[in-house]
Amino acid sequence: MNMRLIFGIAIVVFMGVSALLAPVIATHDPLEVDLSAEARLQPPSMKHFFGTDNLGRDVYSRMVYGARVSLSVGFIAVAISLLIGLTLGGISGYYGGWVDGVIMRMVEIMYCFPTFFLIMMVITFLGPSIVNVMIVIGLTSWAGLCRLVRAEFLTLRERDFVFSARVQGVSHSRIIFRHILPNAMAPVYVSATLSVGGAILVESALSFLGLGVQIPAPSWGNILTSGKGYMDYAWWLTLYPGLAILITVLSFNLIGEGLRDILDPKMSRAR
Amino acid sequence: MFNTAEIRDVKKYFTSGGFFGPARDVVKAVDGVSFYCQKGRTFGLVGESGSGKSTIAKLVAGILRPDHGKVTVHGEKDIVFQDPYSSLNPRMTVRQIVVEPLFVRGVDKQEISERAEAVLSKVRLDAGSCFFKYPHQFSGGERQRIAIARSLIKEPDLLVLDEPVSSLDVSIQADILNLLKDLQEELSLSYLFISHDLRVVEFMSDTVGVMKSGRVVEVADSEALYRYPKDPYTKKLFEAIPSF
Repeated sequence: MNMRLIFGIAIVVFMGVSALLAPVIATHDPLEVDLSAEARLQPPSMKHFFGTDNLGRDVYSRMVYGARVSLSVGFIAVAISLLIGLTLGGISGYYGGWVDGVIMRMVEIMYCFPTFFLIMMVITFLGPSIVNVMIVIGLTSWAGLCRLVRAEFLTLRERDFVFSARVQGVSHSRIIFRHILPNAMAPVYVSATLSVGGAILVESALSFLGLGVQIPAPSWGNILTSGKGYMDYAWWLTLYPGLAILITVLSFNLIGEGLRDILDPKMSRAR
Repeated sequence: MFNTAEIRDVKKYFTSGGFFGPARDVVKAVDGVSFYCQKGRTFGLVGESGSGKSTIAKLVAGILRPDHGKVTVHGEKDIVFQDPYSSLNPRMTVRQIVVEPLFVRGVDKQEISERAEAVLSKVRLDAGSCFFKYPHQFSGGERQRIAIARSLIKEPDLLVLDEPVSSLDVSIQADILNLLKDLQEELSLSYLFISHDLRVVEFMSDTVGVMKSGRVVEVADSEALYRYPKDPYTKKLFEAIPSF
């Protein structure tokens, strides 16, 4: 079995379960402020696993709740981009002609924008919120997927089993959904998993810049921001959220690469 | 005796390049071809690769439309492709593959089941053990039988066989060819049999057409053609057969 895949899935499942069980495994209320001198900026201890921040809030509890934000943004943003990328890429590759031309020009237009600044601009107009962040990341990250799906459809529609289906009089929708799509999914799974990591990173960066999840609601990015002023004597405020982002993104990349090893058509033909 | 398929002065050109690329090239894949397939008999089409044989197969099967001329098929038609690894959807079970032509026509379940089992035994495969397996679990020869079963289930009048044994081991080629001959007799099928292998075409065909660069240069009864080839190109092809 593929070690990278197992390792990646184990970490993602661990993060996912922590996020789901946040109310159970959090030791404190993530929003509870305690401004007394003995509660503020406490280093990690048995009472506060990851220490406390400048407002006396428990960093561990804030991070457990923050995992919900990071993971849900990652998955939902990628789900939106999958929906757009699969639909447009499929139409483009299957029908070809002027439809393909129009869709590919749209993809090229998307590629022309520096994505991160586009996202920042749109968020500035729409107002920062977690829902807006998900939607905007999804709406700006489908172009690569669209090209990938189009390329798969272009090759698959020339395969003999698709010709055969056409001779049988199989409808276009059945050819697309029954014959082409299931055979086009392998690279899509790989690309989508890698994009989840990317989306989490974008959300963290936006929250870090104050354009994502708004304080006092916790997210890994804004915990990092609030800790950056105390970096020289309260290292736990930046280390733990930084590590959480790093490990989560890394494990999504490991899953993506593990899937690629398994699903690569050249490898699977050799089996 | 009547014709199952009539191909009259059919032309199919492909263009490449153009738009931002270099100037357009026109490839005359099929350039004015006429012949007909008789009921219960085999019309063989022979020629080297690139002579337009496969384009004719696709035109007769209805996958491509002719630019000029007319393809008329009386009754149902189907096609069997060369590569049985590419012609079966790897994500469908044998049963799903074989019944699809009936399924999309809305034939009722009971009848689908009966006909699926019958057609699998016609190609000498065991329905019970094959139905729920996937194509990759079969050998090339077995896959070709599955492809033939799929073509037969809707009881066609004409079968286009596009190099059906060229990608198989020589030992299996004979099995498939004999199976095809038996099926033809049993179901009085018409075949359009396409191959680059002169001996295979001779074995299968009643009438043979020789193709060269998109044209049929000679049509004759199989026996006559092989004994007294008239066209210089046909003679050249025969001289190229290795003899032992």
